[in-house]
Amino acid sequence: MHRVLQQPFKTAVLVLVWGWLLLLVLIPNLLVVGASVMTRDPGTFLSLPLNLDSYRQLFDPLYLDVFLNSLYMAGMTTFFCLLIGYPFAWALSGLGKQRQTLLIFLLIVPFWTNSLVRTYALKLLLATNGLINNALMAVGLIDEPLKMLYTEGAVIIGLVYLLLPFMILPLYSVFEDLRQELLMASHDLGAGKLSTFLHVTVPLTLPGVLAGVMLVLLPAMGLFFVADILGGARNLLVGNVIKNQFLDARDWPFGAAASILLTVAMAVLLFAHRLSQRRLGEEAQT
Amino acid sequence: MSRWLPKTYLTLVYVLLYLPILVLVVFSFNNSRTGYRWGGLSLQWYESLFNNHAMVQAMWNSLWLALSAATVSTIIGALTALALHRYRFRGKRMLRGMLFVVMMSPEIVLAISLLALFLLVGLQLGFVSLLLAHVTFCLPFVVITVMARLSGFDESLPEAARDLGASDFTMTRTVLIPVIMPALLAGWLLGFTLSLDDVVVSTFVSGPSYEILPLRIYSMVRVGLKPEVNALGTLLLIFSLTMLMLSQWILTRSKR
Repeated sequence: MHRVLQQPFKTAVLVLVWGWLLLLVLIPNLLVVGASVMTRDPGTFLSLPLNLDSYRQLFDPLYLDVFLNSLYMAGMTTFFCLLIGYPFAWALSGLGKQRQTLLIFLLIVPFWTNSLVRTYALKLLLATNGLINNALMAVGLIDEPLKMLYTEGAVIIGLVYLLLPFMILPLYSVFEDLRQELLMASHDLGAGKLSTFLHVTVPLTLPGVLAGVMLVLLPAMGLFFVADILGGARNLLVGNVIKNQFLDARDWPFGAAASILLTVAMAVLLFAHRLSQRRLGEEAQT
Repeated sequence: MSRWLPKTYLTLVYVLLYLPILVLVVFSFNNSRTGYRWGGLSLQWYESLFNNHAMVQAMWNSLWLALSAATVSTIIGALTALALHRYRFRGKRMLRGMLFVVMMSPEIVLAISLLALFLLVGLQLGFVSLLLAHVTFCLPFVVITVMARLSGFDESLPEAARDLGASDFTMTRTVLIPVIMPALLAGWLLGFTLSLDDVVVSTFVSGPSYEILPLRIYSMVRVGLKPEVNALGTLLLIFSLTMLMLSQWILTRSKR
């Protein structure tokens, strides 16, 4: 009797969520794949015949440069986030419980604040006649203002600023789980500080590192507004290329192919993350 | 040394994180026109903000959109979390996997795929397209928030309700919903904030008929400085801070 009553509710919920995901996630993504193998058309955006020209275009030196540069900037962003975030998460996990809660709260406050506004706030600091230059000139460190705004460095600073919490939170969660006994055991067995760090701490926090890398590296290639506001109106990120192809140049097949490039990058990172978790699981069992 | 070094480091990072926000707030009260130099206290930017009709309209549009997107995604997300928690069904792993992929995939990928869909079916870009898009990227966050709450929940309660003759629907309404209420509120607030903050997806799926705040800000800050944005940013900061404290308060109160 209960089974029978249970079914309509269950069915309704499953139809609702599967319907939503099919209509607004699966089908749209298939459309993008479809668009990427079609031919550009000024009137209807897309037309036949099917071909792989847009993928060939990805390797056009002009765009290849942009992609490699975007990857470089995303790589630098990830590197700096890791450099700042790893010791940060470690230091945070060593504090008292109450203080940890407060500091985590303070870390996510910026995340809840409009990211455009925060990017704009950096502009106030970095501009030629902005606060940093004014301060440096006032104390006499420099005679002429430094050019910081509208450089690649400014874009990397912006990306690090927006994405740092996404690196810290997964790292913090692995540091929190990292059992103090393991480190002490390693120490008791005669391992030095460096050796413990390299052979115990690093492997055990690797899944957190990879999760953080995934959460930083991909958005760092897509956040076109950061490049627009802090880097000037140039094609700096893969995100800018995709946006321009769809909204300005109207070359949909190429824009779609560039977006598939990002999806493939995500798949590779997800796979690496799973692999690291599985390896860790196996090692823990043996 | 080993005692103060970590603390100094943490403090330094927090100073760097909050410095731009602090500058923004201070400069929102600046009397100077140039934007970079301090010219005394003034509320002129707040005044010009509220006298800007298009801006106020965009604010209301964004607020309405965020309210709707948060509500719809909380309803669908909570039902999905309940189904994932309670039922066995085919494709369960796939459903979880798909929600995870939606959460991880770059916003811009989601944005262009939705734009392609809306243009194909001939949906006019405006409130409806924005709502569908925002619900889609909020959904996984609501699901994990509610799932987290359900996983720490005593299974004997729903069993008892069923043994006492409650139908599944009644049991859900009278037992499960009250238990997950804090998670529903937290998920709703998260969805609300995500929607209010979104730039990437909205850039693609909004039309001229429905202008929203982030896009208005975006068009203002692309070139040069606009002191009104300082004032607007300060207001948004206060708003999201209130929301965040509210959600923390709800979550900690319910744990006791």
